[in-house]
Amino acid sequence: MSRARGTVAIVGIADTPVGVVPRPGATGLCIDAILGALADAGLPKDAVDGLVTLNPTAEPYTYHAEAIAESLGLAPSWCWSTLTGGSSAIGALQQAVHAIDAGACEVVVIAMADSLRSGLTREAAVAMQASTGHPQFERPYGAPVVAHYALIARAHMHEYGTTPEQFAAVAVATRAHAARNPAAQMRTPIAVDDVLASRPIADPLKLLDCSLVSDGGAALVLTSAVRARDLRRPPVYFLGAGAAVGHEHVSQARSLTTSAAVESGRRAYAAAGAGPREIDFAQLYDCFTPVVLIELEDLGFCAKGEAGAFVAAGHTAPGGRLPVNTHGGLLSHAHSGHPSTLFAITETVRQLRGECGERQLARAELALVHGQGGVLSSHATAIFGRAPR
Amino acid sequence: MSAPRRHVPVPTAETAPFWEGCRAGELRVQRCRACGAAQFYPRALCAPCGSRELAWERGTGRGTLRSWSIVRRGVNAAYDADGPYVLVLVELEEGPTLMSTLVGVRVGPALDAAEGVAIGAPVEVAFEAWQEGATVPRFRLVRRPEA
Ligand SMILES: [Zn+2]
Repeated sequence: MSRARGTVAIVGIADTPVGVVPRPGATGLCIDAILGALADAGLPKDAVDGLVTLNPTAEPYTYHAEAIAESLGLAPSWCWSTLTGGSSAIGALQQAVHAIDAGACEVVVIAMADSLRSGLTREAAVAMQASTGHPQFERPYGAPVVAHYALIARAHMHEYGTTPEQFAAVAVATRAHAARNPAAQMRTPIAVDDVLASRPIADPLKLLDCSLVSDGGAALVLTSAVRARDLRRPPVYFLGAGAAVGHEHVSQARSLTTSAAVESGRRAYAAAGAGPREIDFAQLYDCFTPVVLIELEDLGFCAKGEAGAFVAAGHTAPGGRLPVNTHGGLLSHAHSGHPSTLFAITETVRQLRGECGERQLARAELALVHGQGGVLSSHATAIFGRAPR
Repeated sequence: MSAPRRHVPVPTAETAPFWEGCRAGELRVQRCRACGAAQFYPRALCAPCGSRELAWERGTGRGTLRSWSIVRRGVNAAYDADGPYVLVLVELEEGPTLMSTLVGVRVGPALDAAEGVAIGAPVEVAFEAWQEGATVPRFRLVRRPEA
C-alpha cells in the first residue's frame, strides 16, 4: 500500500446533466458520460482497455459492464461492474489503480449513471423503496432507508447532545455551495429554520435533511502518471485510498455513532502519507445530514461529538476552513443512487485543476473524498492531489 | 396491482428455529457453547469466536430501547394503516440488538411526539400473527410503577 504514491492519475472527467433528465435513460447517460470523459482526456475510445460500471436500477443488464463495452464497440482486457452502494466509485477507483500499477491495463474508464427520478417502472420504484434492511429481521417492519439513518441520528443526539439545528446546518452549508454551482439540481439558499420547518419524514429527520432523487451519471478516465504527462489536461494524482466494512445491517452495528470510516480513513491517510490537517477540502457522503457529522468526526476532522458545532460555526460552508461538498453534494447537487460519489470525484478533479469559476477554492492542493454504502456499512476513502507527492 | 401487503420473513435453515419460537410465544436467541456469547440474528456459527456449537435458548423477551424513530410513511400502504409508527432498536437482556416496532404507543403530528418513548426505556416482546402463517416480534413499553 505504501510503496508508491501518485503512480496513477485522473486524466479525463465528465458529468451528464443531473436532476430531472428523462432522456436518454440510464444506458444513454452512462455512454454520454464515457464519451465526455474521453473527449476531456483527448483519448479515442479504442484507447480504453479497462472498464468498470455499476448496474443501475433503471435499465439494468445481467452483465452491465460487458453490455456497455458492447454498446461502445470496446473489447477491454479488464471489465466488470461493482456494487458497494455509495462507496462504489471509490472502491472501483482503488481497484483500477491496482490494475494499472500491475500492468493489467493502461487506460481505465469508470462510468456510472442511473435514472432514479425519471427511469424507474412503478414496480422497480416500489422494490427499491422496500429493499433496505435484513430480509427477515428488518424488512418486515416496513421502514424506508431514511428511518434506518434516523436511528443513527437519534443515537448521536443522545450520546453527544447533537441538535436538529446542527443537522440542519449541514443542509444549509451544502446548499450554499450548490448555489455557486450552475450544474446543481437545487440552488436556492436555505436557512436552518427552513430545514426545521420542513416535513418530518422519519423523526428527527425532516425533508431537507434528506438527499435528492435524481437522474444523472459521470465518468472518469485513469491512466499511469507517466502516460498522463503527455495528455491535454493537468493530471490529478491518486495518492491513496482505504476501505472498511463494519456491518451491513444497522441493527448489527457495533456502534450507532462511530463508523468504519475510522478505519477506511486511517488506511487512506497512511497510504497517502497525509493527515486530516493537511486536507484543503473534503467531499463527504451526505445521503442524510447526520452522516456528514459522523464522517467529519470519524475521518479525524473533529473530535467525537464536536462536528455539530463545527458545521454550525460555518467551517464547512463556502469560505470555511474545511469546505465540504463544494459541488452541493447529494443534498443539493444530485443523488442518482450508487453512482453519486463519482460526482464528488469529478468535482474534486475540477477544484484541483482550478476550473471551478465562482466556486473555485483559493487553496486546492490536497483533497479527500469519502463514500459509504448501506447504513454506514461499506466505507471507502480516497485522497487526491495536484502533485504526485 | 394487488393491494400492498406487509413483507413477511421467509425462514432459512439457520433461522427456522427462531421463527418456530415466535409461533410458540418464545423469543429465542442462540447461545455459543464454546464462548458463552448470545447471538441474534441467528447464523451458522458464533460470529465472535467461530464455533459452530450453538444452542437455542428462550430469551426473556425483555430489553431496552437503543434508538427510535417515528416513521411518518412506511414502504407501502400496508404499514400506514394505523398512521405513523415507532421503529426501534431493542437491546435484549441477553445482549444482542434487534430491530422492531412498538405497539400501543400514541404518535402525534409534532416532531418526536411518541408518548413514553426514549432511549433506555424498558420494553417487552409482543408477538403478532401476520399473513402467511408468519408471527413477528413487536415490542411494547413496560410502564414503570410510579415511585
Ligand atoms: Zn462463541
